[in-house]
Amino acid sequence: MADVVVEQGRLARAARPRKRASLRNAMGRKSTVAFFLTLPLILLIALLVLYPAFYSVYLATLNKAMTKFVGLSNFTFLFKRETFWMVVRQSCIFAVTAVVFKALIGFIVAHFVHNIPGKKQRKWRGMLLVPWVIPPAMSTLAWLWLFDPSYSAFNYTLSFFGIGPIPWLGDTFWARFSVILVNVWYGAPFFLIMYLAALKSVPDQLYEAAAIDGANWWQKIWHITLPMMRNIIAITTLFSLIVTFANFDIVRILTSGGPLDRTHLFATWAFQVGIQSSDIPLGACVSLFMVPILAVAAVFILRDVNKRGNEA
Amino acid sequence: MAEVALRKVVKRYDDVEAVRGIDLDISDHEFIVLVGPSGCGKSTTLRMIAGLEDITDGDIMIGGDVVNDVPPKDRDIAMVFQNYALYPHMTVAENMSFGLRLKHYPKAEIKARVTEAARLLDITDLIDRKPKQLSGGQRQRVAMGRAIVRNPKVFLFDEPLSNLDAKLRVQMRIEIKKVHQKVRTTTVYVTHDQVEAMTLADRVVVMNKGRIEQIGTPNELYHKPATRFVAGFIGSPAMNFIPCRLEEVGGKLNVRLTDRISFPLPPARAARYSALPRTENLLLGIRPEHLTESHAHLEPGVETFDTVLDVTEPMGMETLVYFGLEGTPICGRVDPNAGAKDGGPMRLAMDLNNMHLLNEATGVVL
Repeated sequence: MADVVVEQGRLARAARPRKRASLRNAMGRKSTVAFFLTLPLILLIALLVLYPAFYSVYLATLNKAMTKFVGLSNFTFLFKRETFWMVVRQSCIFAVTAVVFKALIGFIVAHFVHNIPGKKQRKWRGMLLVPWVIPPAMSTLAWLWLFDPSYSAFNYTLSFFGIGPIPWLGDTFWARFSVILVNVWYGAPFFLIMYLAALKSVPDQLYEAAAIDGANWWQKIWHITLPMMRNIIAITTLFSLIVTFANFDIVRILTSGGPLDRTHLFATWAFQVGIQSSDIPLGACVSLFMVPILAVAAVFILRDVNKRGNEA
Repeated sequence: MAEVALRKVVKRYDDVEAVRGIDLDISDHEFIVLVGPSGCGKSTTLRMIAGLEDITDGDIMIGGDVVNDVPPKDRDIAMVFQNYALYPHMTVAENMSFGLRLKHYPKAEIKARVTEAARLLDITDLIDRKPKQLSGGQRQRVAMGRAIVRNPKVFLFDEPLSNLDAKLRVQMRIEIKKVHQKVRTTTVYVTHDQVEAMTLADRVVVMNKGRIEQIGTPNELYHKPATRFVAGFIGSPAMNFIPCRLEEVGGKLNVRLTDRISFPLPPARAARYSALPRTENLLLGIRPEHLTESHAHLEPGVETFDTVLDVTEPMGMETLVYFGLEGTPICGRVDPNAGAKDGGPMRLAMDLNNMHLLNEATGVVL
């Protein structure tokens, strides 16, 4: 969630320069006071986001020993490496699959929770939020034990049905599956809580009107619930896409990118290249590739939100 | 189109009985208004007819078929909600055609029906707008349009005008009446506003505490209320209730209001009330319009008395005067030129030909 906050800050910051231009005219206005009150936060964000961002651009243009300016040659080097393109593909598969399942599970469970009456609902809401509240670095360790090929609960249980043992983290397919599974487990409660809030904001009378108009449960979801939740769905999807795409901890702990780099994402590969292999410029270069990909997704989704925003 | 019948319908929520055994027959084409104070069970009754609430006991019939367990979508009804419940993401045309589209009507017919309904409601120009771009009155029309295009057996209205301002409410009231004259669908209309009830209904059903107090035409309810509740609820300002007793004075039946005031009853009334015990605590019910300024030539049965006014309210065509009679607040309606003043003395005339006598304990009109 910390990532989301940073992203929100980044979005808010984007609107600032325009405000600053009219600052002199606005002197003495309430908004000016407000600006100065938020200034410390703006400076903090600039320090923590802008400075590292530009610094990584600078780093990406140096040679491995960081002694010489090499222009874009780090980037051209990356383009020629097969592993890089594999990481691009894997990051996209990971993010899209995980977000789709998180959204789907969140949506379905939100409906169930929404229909639980009063006090019980609060209990369920609390319990279902647990995966999201535990620091993922810790919960992923628990998953790591569950996935252990010889001594884990999963393979032990499956052995009763004559299945397995499954090499959860040793085989390409299962390793990708496991990494996505843990990410879905961790992230679905966020969707659940957002969708639950959205569901609560849909007036009951719309469903009643639809019931009288002849809609069955599926038509109510398709014609009422989904259109009414459209903005929330778009925004949660965007945020989750960004956070999931930039995921580091789950992959790092479960597989460290293995087997044979088959579960590497941008963040984990950048870490391996930059820190573990001591090629910081190349690592910075890898991580910078996330920006254009996420920017495109953000533009598409936010454009739709703006278009739809004026309706409800 | 169809008749609707309720047989001993009960609705219970846990330990609260919202509707306590209602019997009601609504004939084809009829415009029925359920009226009563909030919490009287009128909306619950409507929602049970719609199928939005389960019924605890009894039967509901639409067109002769018991529909107790029929879901709303199969009851062939249309409902207009208090807050309109328009689908915000659909245009006016899409809102109106939603039900028909779900039932896979041919496109040409949908278009024809929507166009016709839009013309009827004068919203043809708004057909491509979203609900957000409409005013309250326009939304109200769209909600009615959505009901009309379905051509259902029954229209249900749940306080459709209470979100509108006073002026628009009067306008839409007339509009609803016009629409019903053109589309003579059986209508059940719920409101807490007795003026709406009186002006719209063929028959009014007055409800109180989950029970029906009285069913009748607006005129019947106004002139022949059955209970104190109906007498007090219908009419504005409300009917006055003055504690009184009957007494014999020189062989004639009198009604005694205070130590000072005792009026002889007109012969027709005297005959009607002669059998009542003289000791019983009664209430004299008299509407404000039957408490007017005194004239030189009084009709038989009209009696005068002097009082001191507390407050006067000039309404233009009339002035409402308020005064107390042994602690009972009373309202009268006098001519604006009758010289009524705040705190001033006034001679008032009470038309006993239009009086009601109620049993104070039971509230029944005698």
